[in-house]
Amino acid sequence: MSSVSEDPDTGIPPAEVPDLPPPHAHGFWSRWVFSQDAKYIALQYSGTAIAIGLVALVLSWLIRMQLGFPGVFDFISAEAYYQFITMHGMIMVVYLLTAIFLGGFGNYLIPLMVGARDMVFPFVNMLSFWVYFLAVVVLAASFFAPGGPTGAGWTLYPPQAILSGTPGGTQWGIVLMLVSLILFIIGFTMGGLNYAVTVLQARTRGMTLMRMPLTIWGIFTATVMALLAFPALFVASVMMLFDRLLGTSFFMPALVEMGEQLSYGGGSPIVFQHLFWFFGHPEVYIVALPAFGIVSDLIAVHARKNIFGYRMMVWAIVIIGALSFIVWAHHMYVSGMHPYFGFFFATTTLIIAVPTALKVYNWILTLWRGDIHLTLPMLFALGFIVTFLNGGLTGLFLGNVVVDVPLSDTMFVVAHFHMVMGVAPIMVIFGAIYHWFPLISGRMLSHRMGLIHFWVTFIGAYAIFFPMHYVGLVGVPRRYPDISASFVPDSVATLNAFITVAALTVGAAQMLFLFNVAWSLARGRKAGHNPWRAASLEWQTPEVPPRHGNWGEELPLVYRWAYDYSVPGAPRDFIAQDDPGHRASWSHVP
Amino acid sequence: MIVAASLVLIVLFSVAFHLVSPWWWTPIASNWGYIDTTLVITFWITGAVFTAVVLFMAWCVFRYRHKPGRVAHYEPESKRLEIWLTALTALGVAAMLAPGLVVWNRFITVPDDATEIEVVAQQWFWSYRLPGADGQLGSSDVTWISADNPLGLNPHDRLGADDVVIDGGDLHLPIGKPVKVLLRSVDVLHDFYVPEFRAKMDMVPGMVTYFWFTPTRTGEFEVLCAELCGTGHGYMRGYVLIDEEAEYEAWLGEQLTFAGLPAGEGVQVANTAEPIGGSDP
Ligand code: HEM
Ligand SMILES: [Cu+2]
Ligand SMILES: [Cu+2]
Repeated sequence: MSSVSEDPDTGIPPAEVPDLPPPHAHGFWSRWVFSQDAKYIALQYSGTAIAIGLVALVLSWLIRMQLGFPGVFDFISAEAYYQFITMHGMIMVVYLLTAIFLGGFGNYLIPLMVGARDMVFPFVNMLSFWVYFLAVVVLAASFFAPGGPTGAGWTLYPPQAILSGTPGGTQWGIVLMLVSLILFIIGFTMGGLNYAVTVLQARTRGMTLMRMPLTIWGIFTATVMALLAFPALFVASVMMLFDRLLGTSFFMPALVEMGEQLSYGGGSPIVFQHLFWFFGHPEVYIVALPAFGIVSDLIAVHARKNIFGYRMMVWAIVIIGALSFIVWAHHMYVSGMHPYFGFFFATTTLIIAVPTALKVYNWILTLWRGDIHLTLPMLFALGFIVTFLNGGLTGLFLGNVVVDVPLSDTMFVVAHFHMVMGVAPIMVIFGAIYHWFPLISGRMLSHRMGLIHFWVTFIGAYAIFFPMHYVGLVGVPRRYPDISASFVPDSVATLNAFITVAALTVGAAQMLFLFNVAWSLARGRKAGHNPWRAASLEWQTPEVPPRHGNWGEELPLVYRWAYDYSVPGAPRDFIAQDDPGHRASWSHVP
Repeated sequence: MIVAASLVLIVLFSVAFHLVSPWWWTPIASNWGYIDTTLVITFWITGAVFTAVVLFMAWCVFRYRHKPGRVAHYEPESKRLEIWLTALTALGVAAMLAPGLVVWNRFITVPDDATEIEVVAQQWFWSYRLPGADGQLGSSDVTWISADNPLGLNPHDRLGADDVVIDGGDLHLPIGKPVKVLLRSVDVLHDFYVPEFRAKMDMVPGMVTYFWFTPTRTGEFEVLCAELCGTGHGYMRGYVLIDEEAEYEAWLGEQLTFAGLPAGEGVQVANTAEPIGGSDP
């Protein structure tokens, strides 16, 4: 046992365990391929996620080309259209957003921000990435399998998902999709346990829970939620795989397909929906909470002001995380489940709006009376607030059971969830990349290219998805390759063509972003040690970019929260977390 | 400057788009005007919040943008402000939820005088069944389905004998009479969706779901499928025609009953004078 006792002046407790060095790489393979360094694994995760995300982006162009100019591109048959939307949706939600927030940002930032040398289980962490990689390979393989990928919609509802009327239903598509999801969940579980244990056990001395940056609170809560939610998808996937391959009937009632009696019987399609959304709704917040956390930190740093109401922000994250497990059936108001469920789930859903709204207020109150630097991370943060607010408000339509009845399964829903969980988190991802690129690479991303990228992406995405709500109000259903119907005026076709042009423009802007990354890696301006003058720990490493093991001889000691910006009387407009100097004036400062 | 101005422009664009764009819902043809009203209330509340929040943000960005010498105000939290904001938000949410739940209660409470009709979905077309003179639908099951009996009616249930079977044609309904639409699927999920009626509900193989409405306007309304059901999902269309009573009766008189179909020949026509128990499928 260490004989050091708590420092009476700073309240820093003694070390409980010796500071062990993380495993060192000895050769090419263990350094560049099977690396156990969380920072390198983070880049592997992010690179893979962005690569498969680009596939999803290209698919969105194809989807939009069909909707904007129906009949012009005859290689987009109805089958192909359904395959495109399915793969687009699944890749975006699971393989891009979940992977990049938890596997990417989680791996990079957790050890650095809590003052650890690495994740607590580096080997399992490495394994987690490679299982994820395998999941992506299996998913991508379905594009080349006989019959092509599944076209069951990203929700994979049975019975159609495993019947012959759906692309890939009785061929390879759905099997590969389910296998890939199962692999993804195995890989995630290994990583997720690691992230959670690291946050709980490997924080450096002085880093109390209530001193952690909100980024870590967001990623941590999302990880715990994912560990609880993904098992539901896991069992649903295994059961559906059995239905498909072994002829069981977990989700399959007796049915007649194209005039022929099938041998299924006794199962319930609605049970699958409950399992899917018991995962699927928390999944929305698994993507949103890390974004909430990260954007809070971006706003605080770039407005030179502590995040307003830090304690409230932490509790809001935790409460939202907990509540999001009892709202899942708001995706099923018109599914045929018992109608009384509607009362319960509408109420819980609208309650969740309150802590969510508070977060929005607090972001804006952080800007209020701040010293706002309109850097690229700040611009993307502002873009996030606008799109998230917009998408959150339309959620009040869809959550309010009876209002959802006419809107469900229309393009209104597509517009809503793209605003709230497509565009908004992606704004945060970009903001975060512009913010932390100097830490990762030692160089700044080009500001000029970044400005073009921001404006085209933000205005363009708004131009895509804001009008799309009105296409849904007219009554156009989602998942329709051809929206013409007697009640749809011709002007909707013009609007659709406009949306498509906007989508292709936004897509092109992402190519500029990739170019910016490549160019700046080689030629970008040198960033120096702490270019944004941030107070949180990840910028206080002895070397930037941080080396293997993150810290020098000694782990840092933490004396304050991550938000001591513009403290009256302090010599600079920020005080780093490991700076023992100036005491804060606010008595509640954790 | 540009940033703040753009935020203001986004608000102006959104509000203007909402007010003047030609894209709005179809003229309603059912009693579910309540739903439209709740939707409009929601639009007003959320629109006001969006406008207020984004404009305030624009003002902050304009007023507190960085200038040499500017120092941010130091105030970690404000209990009073946070409590006020929580309370106001909760109030706004309640103002939307309360009417929503009241209308939902109506939506799921079927009036006693509603006529039960049935819509049957399969890949990728609609069929319908109306009760005959006995006012009741006979039982059904997928195991009865055959080429002669496409909807799987029970050939031993005499309540089904006089049921009107419309296999692949259009549905007609009389104006002003509440109908309870029983929804059944023989293969995968579908969803019976007529935008002008506002109501919709999934059809799930293995169970019977429902919704109810009263047609309030005569005309021809397109039926779409609103739950992904395979390759033909986008083309699974049909029509519902809302008729005046006389026209409706005339149309009804021309339809085939189950007893007239080959599979139903053996069934006895129900005696309407002495109904025998429930026939809820
Ligand atoms: C510029 C970017 C994007 C465009 C233009 C776009 C466009 C579309 C369109 C037009 C559809 C469906 C149309 C239909 O239902 O017929 C769709 C579906 C979908 N998108 Fe995106 N999208 C984009 C980015 C994203 C992102 C970032 C996400 C991440 C959440 C996402 C998630 C989904 C999901 C989950 C679906 C539903 C798929 C289904 O119905 O099974 N999309 N997208
Ligand atoms: Cu949800
Ligand atoms: Cu369908």
